[in-house]
Amino acid sequence: MASLARIRPRVPRRIPFVRAIQTSADTTQLQEHPSDHSKPFTVKLHEDSYRSYLCDTPSFEVEVKKDELMSMYKDMQTMRRMEMAADALYKAKLIRGFCHLAIGQEAVAVGLEYGITPKDRVITAYRCHPFAVMRGGTIKGVIAELLGRQAGMSHGKGGSMHIFTPSFFGGNGIVGAQVPVGAGIAFAQKYLGNNTATFALYGDGASNQGQVFEAFNMAKLWNLPAVFVCENNKYGMGTSAERSSSNTEYFTRGDKIPGLQVNGMDIIATRNAVQYARKWVTEGNGPLLMEFVTYRYGGHSMSDPGTTYRTREEVQRMRSTQDPIRGLQRYIEEWGLASEQELKQLDKNAKAEVDEAVEEAKQSPEPLLKDLWTDIYYKGTEPPFMRGREKDEVHYY
Amino acid sequence: MIISSGVLARRTVKRRIPGFTIRWQSTTGVEPPPAGGHLPSVATSQYLRLTREAAFRTPGLSWADEDGSSPARNIVGGRETRKMNTYQAVRDAMSVAMMKDDTAVVFGEDVAFGGVFRCTMGLAEEFGRERVFNTPLTEQGIAGFAIGLASMGQTAIAEIQFSDYIFPAFDQIVNEAAKFRYRSGGQFNVGKLTIRTPTMAVGHGALYHSQSPEGFFMGASGLKIVIPRSPIQAKGLLLSSIRDPNPVIFMEPKILYRSAVEQVPIDDYELPIGRAETLTAGSDLTVLTWGTPVYHCEAALHMLADPPSSLERLIPPSLRSAKIELIDLRTILPWDVDTVTESVSRTGRLVIVHEASQTAGVGAEIAAEVQKRCFLKLHAPVKRVTGWDVPVGCQYEKFIIPDSLRILDGIMESLNY
Repeated sequence: MASLARIRPRVPRRIPFVRAIQTSADTTQLQEHPSDHSKPFTVKLHEDSYRSYLCDTPSFEVEVKKDELMSMYKDMQTMRRMEMAADALYKAKLIRGFCHLAIGQEAVAVGLEYGITPKDRVITAYRCHPFAVMRGGTIKGVIAELLGRQAGMSHGKGGSMHIFTPSFFGGNGIVGAQVPVGAGIAFAQKYLGNNTATFALYGDGASNQGQVFEAFNMAKLWNLPAVFVCENNKYGMGTSAERSSSNTEYFTRGDKIPGLQVNGMDIIATRNAVQYARKWVTEGNGPLLMEFVTYRYGGHSMSDPGTTYRTREEVQRMRSTQDPIRGLQRYIEEWGLASEQELKQLDKNAKAEVDEAVEEAKQSPEPLLKDLWTDIYYKGTEPPFMRGREKDEVHYY
Repeated sequence: MIISSGVLARRTVKRRIPGFTIRWQSTTGVEPPPAGGHLPSVATSQYLRLTREAAFRTPGLSWADEDGSSPARNIVGGRETRKMNTYQAVRDAMSVAMMKDDTAVVFGEDVAFGGVFRCTMGLAEEFGRERVFNTPLTEQGIAGFAIGLASMGQTAIAEIQFSDYIFPAFDQIVNEAAKFRYRSGGQFNVGKLTIRTPTMAVGHGALYHSQSPEGFFMGASGLKIVIPRSPIQAKGLLLSSIRDPNPVIFMEPKILYRSAVEQVPIDDYELPIGRAETLTAGSDLTVLTWGTPVYHCEAALHMLADPPSSLERLIPPSLRSAKIELIDLRTILPWDVDTVTESVSRTGRLVIVHEASQTAGVGAEIAAEVQKRCFLKLHAPVKRVTGWDVPVGCQYEKFIIPDSLRILDGIMESLNY
């Protein structure tokens, strides 16, 4: 192998020049100065915030409201605090097993929630904690689930990737498996005539799974109200998109399915794109592919320092120049919607809310031993017994 | 991936030469024995219920169309049966399920025009193409799609065209369907999911049309696996499977689609999941099997009691009066431990027959559990008569799956131990 490595030309793979999407978080311009803060006002997104495939881009002129921006800011800040709390709990060895954090990708989860309705459905795989909270869960429920406690949203039986709410069909431990499941959910919506949409999220890594393409085909064939959302954070575990995917323009991978690439760091752009996508699929246009170009600051999981396959400088540069929370903070301040002081207070509130939830979660007891045997089969239809480790641990229903 | 349904059709080809009638010339005046001997086959099995009265006496049958508020009755007056083979019974079950449940949909490769085994024939015309539709050739996609549909509370009846093709969907079935309830702490489930798939050997299916994959799913707690042996069983068990609040894989022995014929009640009825059925009571040895081999076992029991002349010298007269108990397991997961261990505790001997290969097959699990629970009652080690540990080749398929002779040999070995 060593000799092979020597033969290999030391020329970096040339990526053909295309006009790239830009992922800055602070390039949205104010169109008219808002005089009345209770009324919506118009802002203009950067012209490279979207790229489209077989469809038009959403409008670059977006109406926003002060309340909504402030609420988004609070939510993003709270989500980041929650993920940081999970990080600390993991390092304190209170959370065991697998834990994947979405720090840096807040504009996707929060922007998605602001663009859809409670009746829409969302399903994803890893990095599901913010989605679970935004879709009606609680911070306490998520943290308790990570800690494996009774107060967890799956009663401590699921863990990091297995958190559900009535409109959120969970994270999922099998990369890519949630995409055809999402197609099925969308079919049920169509069948029941709900006029709602399903957002099936996956990463740039999962986009190379065969079943993702199977789901695309079925969704287009039957014109399902499904939005397939690729959260492209540029690395599938430890392999960069360029090294894993022949086509890194994930929004073009649906063949006949139109696609939309979105700056996933500017929450105004993400929310606007989600609204566009929701409208697209609920108006009977069939499925849509969406790619959020975003970035995760941490490693893939807690055991990955995240710096062996990318440089510290790269992470630092993204953090300092393209952070979604800082970007929104800047909009709010520059547009005179709130003072730095008021935003600091929101930060403090977020931290206090998360701290309180963590304490409450820690107080929750671990699941009862008898719950080891529940929820395997529907109650009353279980087999006569299930085996434990030893004879006296065999559980009889 | 599709074999023509005609392959399985029994066709009698008559050769006619004008002006002549070719007749077998007898020199002794005695009719020759049929090619298969005088033994019972699927066509003549005593386990098939050929009259209306016998059909209504099917053990465990419960009518599902009676008023739920009144006590259970067993009035069969006014109820009717119709002669059906297994694929017609399967179709009938799906028709009943779809008629009563507006959310029920049937989908799979080629199901809209009837499916390769005709199990969905006419369903699309009856219920519309919105409810009975073809999918692309994407087994993993079908399973995932069905799981998503069922998680929304809809009744999803998916077909995997052959159980041999279920392996691409293995991840979805084992990791998603089986665990959906558990990993959501009971908030979500895919209990309304049923995956139908034809299974077992057909005589010439070869590597990818003759496998019996039920054993691979044994470790997936949360799933149920059901294998019927006859039309009445197929309809009742399929309706139970569709309505069972857990995901069920329903494997239909494909050779029995046409060959097994019974009078099947036309009304809505169910048979219990998780319960084995004792077909013949006995006291000296228990034979446990499911699906197609039920009929091979029946033939083996006849050979033992009344050996054909060619086998007479090989079967000691002392064994011929042995009373053999034959049990059809029906539900493979979770299997009916109580019925099996109760039987083996009485008989002291167990022979397990299945078509899948022996190593880590379902028989291994049953044998281990039985030897643990009945250790002091056993007179002989648990015997497994199974397919060989080889891929199912095309040419000698008959010799790879267990036939009546191998089952007879296994029974004798166990009795002689």
